[in-house]
Amino acid sequence: MRRRKPLVAKHVAAHFFLLVFGLFFLSPFLWMLSTSLKPNEELFLWPPKWIPSNLMWSHYPDAFSYFPFLSYLGNTLTITALATLGVLFSCPLVAYSLARIPWKGSKPLFGLTLIVMMLPYQVTMIPIFIVFKNLGWVGTNVPLWLPAFFGAPFYIFLLRQFFMGLPKELEDAGRIDGASELRIYAQIMLPLCKPGLLTVGLFQVMGSWTDYQGPLIYLSDEAQYTLMLGLSSFKTQHGAEWQLMMATSVMITLPIIVLYFVVQKAFIRGITFSGLK
Amino acid sequence: MAANEQAGTALRTDPNAKPRSSTYKKKLTLYGILFALPWILGILLFSAYPLLMSIYYSFTTYSILDHGEWVGFGNYKELMGDRTFRISIYNTLYYTFISVPLNIAVGVGLALLLNTKIRGQGVYRTLFFIPSLVPAVATTIIWLWLLNPQFGLVNYWLEQIGISGPPWLGDERWSKPSLILMSLWGVGQAIIIYLAGLQDIPQDYYDAADVDGANTLRKLRHITLPLMTPVIFFNLIMGVIGTMQNFVLPYTLTNGTGSPADSLMFYVMYLYQNAFLYLKMGYASAMAWILFLIVLVLTIVIFVTQKRWVHYQGKE
Repeated sequence: MRRRKPLVAKHVAAHFFLLVFGLFFLSPFLWMLSTSLKPNEELFLWPPKWIPSNLMWSHYPDAFSYFPFLSYLGNTLTITALATLGVLFSCPLVAYSLARIPWKGSKPLFGLTLIVMMLPYQVTMIPIFIVFKNLGWVGTNVPLWLPAFFGAPFYIFLLRQFFMGLPKELEDAGRIDGASELRIYAQIMLPLCKPGLLTVGLFQVMGSWTDYQGPLIYLSDEAQYTLMLGLSSFKTQHGAEWQLMMATSVMITLPIIVLYFVVQKAFIRGITFSGLK
Repeated sequence: MAANEQAGTALRTDPNAKPRSSTYKKKLTLYGILFALPWILGILLFSAYPLLMSIYYSFTTYSILDHGEWVGFGNYKELMGDRTFRISIYNTLYYTFISVPLNIAVGVGLALLLNTKIRGQGVYRTLFFIPSLVPAVATTIIWLWLLNPQFGLVNYWLEQIGISGPPWLGDERWSKPSLILMSLWGVGQAIIIYLAGLQDIPQDYYDAADVDGANTLRKLRHITLPLMTPVIFFNLIMGVIGTMQNFVLPYTLTNGTGSPADSLMFYVMYLYQNAFLYLKMGYASAMAWILFLIVLVLTIVIFVTQKRWVHYQGKE
């Protein structure tokens, strides 16, 4: 009994601090929701009012008239879908070659992959821009998804780890049965790697959805803007209309949060992987 | 991996095994290259070639409009005398040196709290994680509103405890602290990593410490923190690399101007301005290489100090 008491006290203290800090962390988020639903005359109240007297859902459709949400959404989804398709095509192929096919080049290529991973984006950004410019693709969405078809080092690294964890007997059995390497890959190994593919796909969806620097460099025509680019130019033009800016912010944030709740495990796996290995 | 290939061939032994095994090897090499082909091309097209060109451009006055001329170390020399360049280095290092340690301290602290075996752990974890899912552009907008000097929630809170709030992003002395505050809001991802690290620490150590009668504080100091150092080390390196390349938050916050008084002009923002606004691509390439060198030096310094403070399990 003597040991129980401090334990209870410890738990109460932990709950207290977690609750206080947790609410502190959540408050900007709740403030965004609250502002997006406030009647205009309550925006600048002092002291601030958390719960609007009247829920103004109309701010959401209103935001549409300032901000071509659907067309930006379409642009964003196109880029996201193509880039995700790209990494899901290229990265497992390469990872499989590095992890499971015994050939001489696999080790040096893996070393190169690690080096590429450390290369800062800024160093290659300008020459790649010039190449795309010469190809006439600046001002189109091609530079935002085409490179994905040629692999991305972090995803290759992650999937290689996945493939390495699969038992060796699998492909041996396939090889003895005379299955081609492509069939072993597509029908035996790839299905076993689904959790890894899910994580990679999720990270790419998140990456493309929230990407700002890429669209900023490559897209100039407003008709092609992504949601992020659109929101930032909306901010420049209507910076004082907080209720509308918050409504659009909610609309571009909510899909990610929904996604998180749907595939929480894949999220946590990817993040812990990126931090521990 | 070699054993693997032997097993595959050994099972098909026949008198002329040797030549078959060599054709088999060739076949595997062919498949290896074929499977890796996208990435081999990717490295050549999107890493190797740009890397070489970037070095070349940094020695020229290349712009999109004309091919420029060879100026040797001219760009590098010009940068040394560029006032905005120096300011951007100062701002970036200031931000890195304060926000990275602060993020680690807050992240580890919250992870330790979250690691208490209490009910609702998953809910709390989600609470801290959600802000890190908010896209940077939306984060900017939310915090511009929160930190509004007149009507913002933060200054209201400060007023409640008797502090008259600073002008935050409107004042050059407070703009970088504001940005650091914003970066702390996204600490959730790091918390997940620290939590995973904490859960990797074997319970045996704590049981042994209990037998010896160690209290919570001693367990923290002699077991938890030393065994967390590899994860902290990794996050320190990734944090420094990330903050040195800080771009989206200050750029969207200030519409690319870095105001007030250049106090939010960060290195990569100035690089972006030179490359895509003034089209001084040679100059910007030189900046990219200097950034690379700074990041490399910082990384090496952190690596060198590793021996003094990072403890790996099973080694000593």
